[in-house]
Amino acid sequence: MFELLGIPPQALFGQLLLGLINGSFYALLSLGLAVIFGLLNIINFSHGAQYMMGAFLAWMGLTWLGIPYWGALVLVPIAVGATGIVIERLMISRLYQLDHLYGLLLTFGLALVIQGLFRNGFGVSGLPYSIPPQLNGGQNLGFMFLPNYRAWVVLASVVVCFGTWFAIERTRLGAYLRAATENPTLVGAFGINVPRMITLTYGFGVALAAFAGVLAAPIYSVNPNMGADLIIVVFAVVVIGGMGSILGAILTGFGLGIVEGLTKVFYPEASSVAIFVIMAIVLLVKPAGLFGRTA
Amino acid sequence: MSASTENTYTSAAQALPIGTPRHHIAIFTALLLLLLVAPFVFYPVFIMKILCFALFASALNLLLGFGGLLSFGHAAFFGSASYVTAHAAKVWGLTPEVSILLGTAAAACLGLVIGALAIRRQGIYFAMVTLAFAQMVFFFALQAPFTGGEDGIQAVPRGNLFGLLPLANDMVLYFVVLAIVFGGLLAIYRIIHSPFGQVLKAIRDNEPRSISLGYKVNRYKLAVFVMSATLAGLAGATKALVFQLASLTDVYWTMSGEVVLMTLLGGMGTIFGPFVGAAVIVTMQNYFAGFGAWVTVIQGTIFVISVLLFREGIVGVLSRWIRKPL
Repeated sequence: MFELLGIPPQALFGQLLLGLINGSFYALLSLGLAVIFGLLNIINFSHGAQYMMGAFLAWMGLTWLGIPYWGALVLVPIAVGATGIVIERLMISRLYQLDHLYGLLLTFGLALVIQGLFRNGFGVSGLPYSIPPQLNGGQNLGFMFLPNYRAWVVLASVVVCFGTWFAIERTRLGAYLRAATENPTLVGAFGINVPRMITLTYGFGVALAAFAGVLAAPIYSVNPNMGADLIIVVFAVVVIGGMGSILGAILTGFGLGIVEGLTKVFYPEASSVAIFVIMAIVLLVKPAGLFGRTA
Repeated sequence: MSASTENTYTSAAQALPIGTPRHHIAIFTALLLLLLVAPFVFYPVFIMKILCFALFASALNLLLGFGGLLSFGHAAFFGSASYVTAHAAKVWGLTPEVSILLGTAAAACLGLVIGALAIRRQGIYFAMVTLAFAQMVFFFALQAPFTGGEDGIQAVPRGNLFGLLPLANDMVLYFVVLAIVFGGLLAIYRIIHSPFGQVLKAIRDNEPRSISLGYKVNRYKLAVFVMSATLAGLAGATKALVFQLASLTDVYWTMSGEVVLMTLLGGMGTIFGPFVGAAVIVTMQNYFAGFGAWVTVIQGTIFVISVLLFREGIVGVLSRWIRKPL
């Protein structure tokens, strides 16, 4: 076998795959943040907590009700999205007239409440969630072993991300959404119910987070803190990409996952801070972010 | 800051008469007298905890309430100062005053670097950038050899101040901490009411107009960021000696959130609000310490209620009642 800079190819491709998996989650979560930010102008700090809720609901569904993985993949995002809609109607909708920072503070408080409740109920040790039987095993590609479930995660993430991109950029509903992002008053004057659109958008963004949570359940252990640290990295991803474009959020998410994976191969000590270092460089070179529009 | 939020800053936005208002002098005096008596009534370490967090929250308020910049990563300065002070006192065997100065200086340097990068973005992005950099500092503290990882730096010796005063005695330490914190609070008061502070408020209320008036807005933002980081560092350094401990809790994002909560609950942009907020939150944590994760739930609930119904904070409401800025 060939070696690249003294790194065995198994290690290189193994970490690349891991990076791609992380990138799948970064992309799904930063996409949800970008969609919510576009219309509501708030940063949804509880995104990580809602991702965690997704994983927990999948676990509860399987353990208590016997709902299999595939059912959870559809039902959980709907359920968590519904809680998002309730939160938007009851709380977030009262803050649109105020500085956007209050939205950040409110959702931060909500994240604390959700995490605290789950910690009380389930402790901090992780709960196991087994890989669905259809996706057990893996493929031997010759240069590396590819577990089926991990391939599925990347595939599902890519499909959902580009589905969302298509819905927003290429359909009539998406056109309404983009118009409302530019000028909600004018769109409302054309007879479109903008407040309802805002509510549904928040629900959809939250559902994306829950979907990512269900995808993550068999890979990472299901525990109340799984979203908290992840969401901060996703914030850095969002700062790097800029929230101006949907496609930007997706590409930055996958790209940074891969970069992080490569750092693990070449300089493992720096892997946990690689994304933050990139953020510092982007702030110096292009403060608006790679895909951002200057405000 | 958009115009719609101006009402939340009423207390600070009112024009102040020349000189220090008499009721401010009265409150500072009363506060000092109260704090001089407090250790004889309550457990001194508990009051010292309140004092450290009061300074920490006031430092954040200088940036948030008067500079209009929400930093969600102030734990980075608090925690790194705490680590440097603990390391200097324990491993290098330096005296407490030098250890505290080193810790504070470390926070100031970190504030200069993070601040210079963070002020390149505004509003929500600013909050996310500071949070992300603070997480970077957390990962550094987790992996660096001198921080002791999950254990932190324990059993930090308090030493003798100037080689004379034995700080191992809680009472002696109390009055030293009181002097440091009260000095810090007075410094913040002075900064807010200086010409520099007036320019800061102008930038907070209308940045484009301040630019058009010829102010170098970014320099002011960076200056206040560094000042805030330094004072937060002073609080963290003092805390390390009080508890003889520097740990990962001090640099974690929950700490950044806690100090934002203290400032919000007490009243953003008020002078005495952060002190009140810190006292309420620390007392609550102390009282509910046995309830585990419920503390997080309660703090989150207070956050939500404060944002939805109580944006002026405790002191903000009082200030409106007596129609005087507090």
